[in-house]
Amino acid sequence: MSATPDDVLTGEANTAAQTSSKAAEAEAEYGHLVKSEYEHGFVTDIESDTLPPGLDESVIATISQRKGEPRWMLDWRLAAYRKWLDMPTPKWAAVHYPPIDYQSISYFSAPKKQELESLDEVDPALLETYEKLGIPIEEQKALAGVAVDAVFDSVSVATTFREKLSEAGVIFCAISEAVQEYPELVQKYLGTVVPPTDNYYTGLNSAVFTDGTFVYVPKNTRCPMELSTYFRINEAKTGQFERTLIVADEGSYVSYLEGCTAPQRDENQLHAAVVELIALENAEIKYSTVQNWYPGDEEGRGGIYNFVTKRGDCRGDNSKISWTQVETGSAITWKYPSCILRGDNSVGEFYSVAVTKGKQQADTGTKMIHLGKNTRSTIVSKGISAQQGIQSYRGLVRIAGKAEGARNHTQCDSLLIGDKCAANTFPYIEVKNPSAQMEHEATTSKISDDQLFYCRSRGLTEEDAVSMIVNGFCKEVFNELPMEFAVEAQKLLSISLEGAVG
Amino acid sequence: MLSVKGLKAEVDEKEILKGLDLDVGAGEVHAIMGPNGSGKSTLAHVLSGREGYEVTGGSVSFEGKDLLDLDPEERACLGLFLAFQYPVELPGVNNTYFLKAALNAKRKYHGEEELDAVSFMRLMKERLKVLHLDDSLLKRPVNVGFSGGEKKRNEIFQMALLEPKLAILDETDSGLDIDALRVVANGVNALRGPERSMIVVTHYQRLLDYIEPDYVHVLAKGRIIRSGGKELALELEEKGYGWIVDEAAA
Repeated sequence: MSATPDDVLTGEANTAAQTSSKAAEAEAEYGHLVKSEYEHGFVTDIESDTLPPGLDESVIATISQRKGEPRWMLDWRLAAYRKWLDMPTPKWAAVHYPPIDYQSISYFSAPKKQELESLDEVDPALLETYEKLGIPIEEQKALAGVAVDAVFDSVSVATTFREKLSEAGVIFCAISEAVQEYPELVQKYLGTVVPPTDNYYTGLNSAVFTDGTFVYVPKNTRCPMELSTYFRINEAKTGQFERTLIVADEGSYVSYLEGCTAPQRDENQLHAAVVELIALENAEIKYSTVQNWYPGDEEGRGGIYNFVTKRGDCRGDNSKISWTQVETGSAITWKYPSCILRGDNSVGEFYSVAVTKGKQQADTGTKMIHLGKNTRSTIVSKGISAQQGIQSYRGLVRIAGKAEGARNHTQCDSLLIGDKCAANTFPYIEVKNPSAQMEHEATTSKISDDQLFYCRSRGLTEEDAVSMIVNGFCKEVFNELPMEFAVEAQKLLSISLEGAVG
Repeated sequence: MLSVKGLKAEVDEKEILKGLDLDVGAGEVHAIMGPNGSGKSTLAHVLSGREGYEVTGGSVSFEGKDLLDLDPEERACLGLFLAFQYPVELPGVNNTYFLKAALNAKRKYHGEEELDAVSFMRLMKERLKVLHLDDSLLKRPVNVGFSGGEKKRNEIFQMALLEPKLAILDETDSGLDIDALRVVANGVNALRGPERSMIVVTHYQRLLDYIEPDYVHVLAKGRIIRSGGKELALELEEKGYGWIVDEAAA
């Protein structure tokens, strides 16, 4: 393409047809697609407005234009893109995959029907998809005060509980909407925790992110409900570049749940999300993730590449950021949710369960950067490897010179199932203040034949026994998840490990 | 109930059981005694289906079914229970949850409805009362940090909940002081009944002071070399195993 950004902005860009007559056909096709090996590996036939593969400045301009973005946002994207062109891909992680051709990816895909007033207007096939995932929105609306900003591919198509949240002054919306409606907040905070130049994937994400979530909790406000977004990658060859920005103003509290599944595809799907959390003085953010993206087939073909940068900034004194993650999916996971403990007395937590089986590879962990006085951090990482799964815990705890009285406790436990899997632990510790207190514990264990036989002799099947032992192993992490999420996580873990033994 | 005929079994290609016969009728309590290395624990493990034991001959029928053909969990669901000599720790697995899962696995196998949390708790309290046990063990992870006595008590409690038709107690007395032994034996006695058979595997006569057997068998070198009533146990206590083993060899 040779068009300059300005040409695209002023020209006729959106040429995709807006037909909607294929709904009946979709219904007919739907049945057989469900019969898939991967439980959540079905495909919903919704027409998508997709850009042709490839990436250059005009593509970025097109994205920006389709999102109706102001000029500053486009400039920000283009600046990120230009820097990205010169950035190297990170090679230090213990994961292996063929080089990614970034020109073969389509950078924008949006369901056709947009600007819905209510759930009634949502494509029934989409709602059905959610039902298959066990998260019917209709039920969600009634349940336990969880508001859902459902992200289907790249554009939010259903948002609920907006009114109740807005009564409390909480902003919970798609990031593209926030760019238009709350530009001063977005401009103030976007990229301040994870700058576009942070790494290769943040550069790419900053250039092409198409959607994601924005949350702002005003001063001294406790968000009245758990906020929840379900992500789902649905379009073949569409890399998904989510951008999440959560700001908890002074004295506020918010708990955010993120859960994802993806349908089965043959080609590798790149996912390079960026999540930024900002907690001001006395504020607390709790961020929980249950991730179940398609891990690929038995040979590892077709799984999601999950290269995510998640970072929280405890910007104010006495603030707290807590990450809890349960990672069972993806072919490759490259992810280090981190905390910058800038404010005095601030607290960072990381609780993680990661499962790798088949040919899955995960290099995951956290960074705790202690800058303020009396800052505390806790790391509890539980890694489970089965079959030929490879897993590495990579963690950094850095105590800066001025971080008087900082404390860290790290616990890394690995559980191996079978004799072809692997678990590595790479803990990095940098201490520049002598008053720091550091604790590090690491264990590696196997599910023993004794344990399996004991359970089986009580009537449990081998699979149930493994699931029970593994869930026991992960208990400290599950205890940190909100109740309904913990139940989902346990179920997911059991499903993930089915057939992994023997 | 249980009929073992000419049972032969190997561990690591070494023959441990060399043609063992045993018949256990409904409601009977059989004690199996014998010196170290005679094959007592091997018998317990072969009956419950542990991997690593290769059956090379003979047959075992349990309630008319070929027991050796079944997975350990199927045997358990059919009413076989092994009280372990060394109960296994399951870190992070809540004891109550474990018991509920075990009971419901059995109920499911028999096409019965699974118990919900409330009914299960009710049942559990009732069984605790029968055994005069408190519920302090139930909130902890399975066997983790339990004392020797607590582990054995927990085994007996599992047995009380799962209501087996045939319970095999593998050296339940090992590692117990006399008070703990009494508690465990009282539990076992409370669970005796016309529909429940037991095989009590033990080194010492001591346990049989508390759990009175209907039959006593002496196992040596992979065979049952003598059977008798409870008085046989007393004789063994007095004279040791040597004389029977010698007699059998002669």
